[in-house]
Amino acid sequence: MTKQEALLKYVLRLADNVSILGHRLGEWCGHGPVLEQDIAMTNIALDCIGQARNYYQYASKIEGIDKTEDDYAYLRDPLDYYNLLIVEQPNKDFAYTIVRQYFFDVFHFLFLQKLSDSKDKQLAAIAEKAIKEVTYHCKWSGDWVLRLGDGTDTSHEKMQHAIDILWTYTGEMFLMDEVDEILLKEKIGVDLIGLRQEWLKIVSEHFKEATLTLPETTWSQKGGKQGYHSEHLGYILADMQYLPRTYPGSIW
Amino acid sequence: MDTTKNKVLQEVWEILEQVPDPEIPVLSAIDLGIIRDVIFHDGKIEVVITPTYTGCPAMNMIEVNIKSILQENGFQNSMVTTVLSPAWTTDWMSEKGKEKLKAYGIAPPVGKTSDKHVLMGEEKLVCCPQCGSNHTELISQFGSTACKSLYKCLDCKEPFDYFKCH
Ligand SMILES: [Zn+2]
Repeated sequence: MTKQEALLKYVLRLADNVSILGHRLGEWCGHGPVLEQDIAMTNIALDCIGQARNYYQYASKIEGIDKTEDDYAYLRDPLDYYNLLIVEQPNKDFAYTIVRQYFFDVFHFLFLQKLSDSKDKQLAAIAEKAIKEVTYHCKWSGDWVLRLGDGTDTSHEKMQHAIDILWTYTGEMFLMDEVDEILLKEKIGVDLIGLRQEWLKIVSEHFKEATLTLPETTWSQKGGKQGYHSEHLGYILADMQYLPRTYPGSIW
Repeated sequence: MDTTKNKVLQEVWEILEQVPDPEIPVLSAIDLGIIRDVIFHDGKIEVVITPTYTGCPAMNMIEVNIKSILQENGFQNSMVTTVLSPAWTTDWMSEKGKEKLKAYGIAPPVGKTSDKHVLMGEEKLVCCPQCGSNHTELISQFGSTACKSLYKCLDCKEPFDYFKCH
């Protein structure tokens, strides 16, 4: 794999993570438990989609062909999507959405901190911009983890249940493959293994305060980054891509 | 050479004062601090802007508005380019802009972003733009647009938007 090929895949992974998570959060629009939180989730979705647009625009520059950001988002099939499995997991209930968000937000924050030192100037610039937004995301999901974890018996139980299920999707965030190795060597990419300890420390301290328990299993789901997804992604793409695929080339 | 060039640039900066933020029309693109540079080359104007929030839908509109107002003022084929770095911060908002925000009913950003507490959402006292009381409470970190949070005044009981530090 050339450096160029690795970079393209790397950028698409970052793009797909926020694009798919943004879509999931957008599904809450009009269904939030209270108006303010409905607005919060769609605000965060908007940040995610904005970040995805930056990455997709950069991907088309790397490929150097006449592709637009929309081509990446709307005209690729599940096998060509490289997002982490955790972001495509369904919303289910508010607790589930919060736990998914919190796991990803803490990772995302630590990741962007490192990426803003990347030797690739465009990635560094996107990260520098995005981290300000993600700081607010962390605060929001972190607050809800506390409030629901250390809340009523019901909210606590729902949170713990969500944690027990979503936990097995967190390991993938820290797995390195050939793409990651090539770009780490070039000082473009981030050392994911190195992020794990810090992530675990933040999450476990926060869970302790929220009276929640970290599962002990270290077994992890994986494959999203290589294009092997849970069945959920197909449904997301069907929803997301229906219009541009049915009416090719239509614009606002 | 540069007196004509400087005159042109000055004229463009003045014209840009008239480009409103589509979501907070009392603020101009200049008040917001998103115009990073104006360049005059080959008889054409290039305006360099930076987005407030990555996903801010107002940015596309601002770009269109910049081009059209320049055209109306006789500058054909002007260009708008976007840069991401250095990332926009509310520290770049003009003092005049902050005053206009307050008069419009939106509390302006308090404090500098160099203060980490501010970024972590632990805001300094936010004063009610209606009655001036500092007896206020955060309702939600996320408001009607990406750049605002929702507050309420505990004295006059009015809810209000706060342009958050970023
Ligand atoms: Zn008041």
